[in-house]
Amino acid sequence: MQGIKDRVAIVGMGCTKFGELWDKNYKDLMVDACYEAFEDAGIGPKDIQAAWYGSRESGFTGSHLANALKLEYIPISRVENFCAGGTDTFRNACYGVAAGIYDIALACGVEKCKDHFGGFTMDITDPFDRSMVEWELPPVSQFAQLANGYFNKYGLSYEEGKKTLAKIAVKNHHNGTMSPKAHFQREITLEQAINAPIISYPLGLFDACGLSDGGAAAIITTPEIAKSMRKDYILVKGLALVNGGGQGKLQSDYDFSYIPETVEAGKLAYKEAEIKNPRQEVDIAVVHDCFTITELLIYEDLGFSPRGKGPEDVEAGTFALEGDLPVNTDGGLKCFGHPLSASGLRMIYEIYKQLQGKAGPRQVKKADIGLTHNVGGVCGYFNCAVAIFGKSD
Amino acid sequence: MVGITSYGAYVPLFRLSGEAMAKGARGEKAICSFDEDSITMAVAAAMDCLNGLDREAIEGLYHASTTSPYKEKLAAPIIAMATDLRRDIITADFANSLRAGTSAFKAAIDAVKAGSAKKVMVAASDCRLGTPGSAFERSCGDGAGALLIGDTDVAVTVDASYSVYNEMIDVWRADGDTFIRSWEDRFTSTQGYLPVVHEAVSGLMQKFNFTPSDFAKVVFYTPDDRRYVELVRSLGFDDKTQVQPSLSAVMGNTGTAFPLMLLIAALEEAKAGDRILLASYGNGSDAFALQVTEQIEKIRDRRGMKGHLASKKVINDYTKYLIWRGILPQETIPGPIRFFSAPAAWREREANFRLHGVKCKACGAVQFPPQRVCTKCHTKDQFEPYRLSDKKAKISTFAMDYVTPAPESPVVTTTIDFEGGGRLECYMTDQEVEEVKPGLPVEMSFRKIIVKDGVHNYFWKSIPIRT
Repeated sequence: MQGIKDRVAIVGMGCTKFGELWDKNYKDLMVDACYEAFEDAGIGPKDIQAAWYGSRESGFTGSHLANALKLEYIPISRVENFCAGGTDTFRNACYGVAAGIYDIALACGVEKCKDHFGGFTMDITDPFDRSMVEWELPPVSQFAQLANGYFNKYGLSYEEGKKTLAKIAVKNHHNGTMSPKAHFQREITLEQAINAPIISYPLGLFDACGLSDGGAAAIITTPEIAKSMRKDYILVKGLALVNGGGQGKLQSDYDFSYIPETVEAGKLAYKEAEIKNPRQEVDIAVVHDCFTITELLIYEDLGFSPRGKGPEDVEAGTFALEGDLPVNTDGGLKCFGHPLSASGLRMIYEIYKQLQGKAGPRQVKKADIGLTHNVGGVCGYFNCAVAIFGKSD
Repeated sequence: MVGITSYGAYVPLFRLSGEAMAKGARGEKAICSFDEDSITMAVAAAMDCLNGLDREAIEGLYHASTTSPYKEKLAAPIIAMATDLRRDIITADFANSLRAGTSAFKAAIDAVKAGSAKKVMVAASDCRLGTPGSAFERSCGDGAGALLIGDTDVAVTVDASYSVYNEMIDVWRADGDTFIRSWEDRFTSTQGYLPVVHEAVSGLMQKFNFTPSDFAKVVFYTPDDRRYVELVRSLGFDDKTQVQPSLSAVMGNTGTAFPLMLLIAALEEAKAGDRILLASYGNGSDAFALQVTEQIEKIRDRRGMKGHLASKKVINDYTKYLIWRGILPQETIPGPIRFFSAPAAWREREANFRLHGVKCKACGAVQFPPQRVCTKCHTKDQFEPYRLSDKKAKISTFAMDYVTPAPESPVVTTTIDFEGGGRLECYMTDQEVEEVKPGLPVEMSFRKIIVKDGVHNYFWKSIPIRT
């Protein structure tokens, strides 16, 4: 089995401002994200041979992207894989190039969340049926179950657990202040985070990410072509996608203190990228902090922290901008915002800029290997994508 | 010998204080929570009645209520499904009268006597609405009673019955009305309740040569306690020693279910040999002479009336009551509501109503909802149905949503693990926020999930075990 390592490269990326973009429609976001990527790569829409378009809420076929960019009769697939849709879109474009079918491919993810009341359609296709007897609540209650599962497993009191989670929120808000395209760009205090109104116990307002409008895009090509286009292209080192099959909902031995899909996707991506010790070898990670608890679980699930020791690393500042392994340097979903299928590409955008040394005031000192992580869905049925990137040779 | 072989009752957990309805009003009444109705209460009473019994042996289910959620659509099959009864049984709804409970009881006795069914369940329930501020609002309570009628292991024999009908407009609710109406008490009591029940009871005693002293206890439907005393005295009973208390001050008048629930309360105190006189009222009266047997001692483990009445939470919030009953509107979020599919609901009926999961024949793993391929051993299509509705469980983890608009906040989601295997993610109800934590023992309760386009959609929720 030949992996993806060093077989494709990113030569251009774009990302819109994320936020409540009341005056923009999803096609505006496609144009803004893709034209930044075209300009960055020094190419135009006519150079694109195939495209993949990720969206859950907006623009239901590839033709919407073709219309927005006036792409002339090229293949465009729409990808929907919930919150991992952005990375999956990117993954498909990479495989198109790696297979030798296309030389230059476009991956674009866009969501207009804020056209829906509250930013999220409650019309979620639940895992089971359409008889409307299953739970019907916002995603926060899925992640609150993880928080209660984690607190219970490691014997954390509400106060202890909340303090760890609040520190993650404070860190991401701090990073967000240095991130001009982020939805939220202000500091918060530990007390604010801990005392914010509860949304779904034990998670409060500042444990949740923003739901935003936004779009991001990437131009993918072969390393050979990339060399002719720019010096600081970025290589894909590993790509993994894993889907849960309901195990956590069907089997009582799952205790909600971790996300098995993240563990498995991490293993696959590390194997492809030939990473043995993620804590030592990964320089920077942008991960799916849809809720603060998710980020805490990711530390452990991706091997950044030993099991149950995530809170100690949070306390030690390991994942802060100046820490050993900076996580969510651009503010994360928490502050950059979360337009579902755009988020994966936004994360790659941050790693791309960091590896190029172009991240401005939030630039980390050492950025040779970067990782992105997405997780979407509900407990037992998560889909999780992990991608690993490295600098050009 | 035909009679009652088992009984069960259900009184909702919540009681609305009299004070909440009218300043200075005494007592309290049982009220359905926002997710309960006459169907869910009937299911709960029937489950109590079926405790420890073989459900395969039940050959009929009669539901009696004036408050079925449907005008056209049978309620009994919903209850039969939720209580996991066989498919090839008699089902019928008895409706439109407070006498429907004893009508169903009589019909069940007759069915068993005639040999058309060996065991027939009667489940009566009501949640009647009085106009806000009215005397009916203060007097009507919610509840359900269930009796299993059979000809073996009879705990209470039905020795005689006598019925009269009486055409008059005393208490009524027209098609399309939300609230019940009544003519003035002077008329309805003196020309309706008192003489009509008197006629049925005295008719029974004359025809079968009973005297008042033959009965250990009388159990009559009653619109109010004062009229109850007046009636029993006029029939020659001692209102101090021979009368089953009406419980109206602790539960309210539970309509169709009322005489059955009072009978169950009387049976909980009765001893073998006791004769009990039961009479209902509603455009006539059905009177029954019953006698308790030794078998009564074998069905004492029901939660019954005593257990349910002792387990309660009193609320003093009238506004909450009005919201729960749908009298006051509630905030909704604009945008699409999830789509309800009748074919999907029908296809999922074994899981949704019976709470049947599956047990893998190869590895024994219990799974809900039913799967085609085993989640543990991956064997395909080797499953047997497995009922979870009567199993105890424990909370694995939970969430409490304070944001989603709902009749009751927070909305609690639980993932629970059943004794004997199986996991279910479901809503929780009837809980106190403080008690919700991993490890809490829970049981299942059949509840209304949503009403949309006139469809009442039911599923199971977890509740803290009622003690």
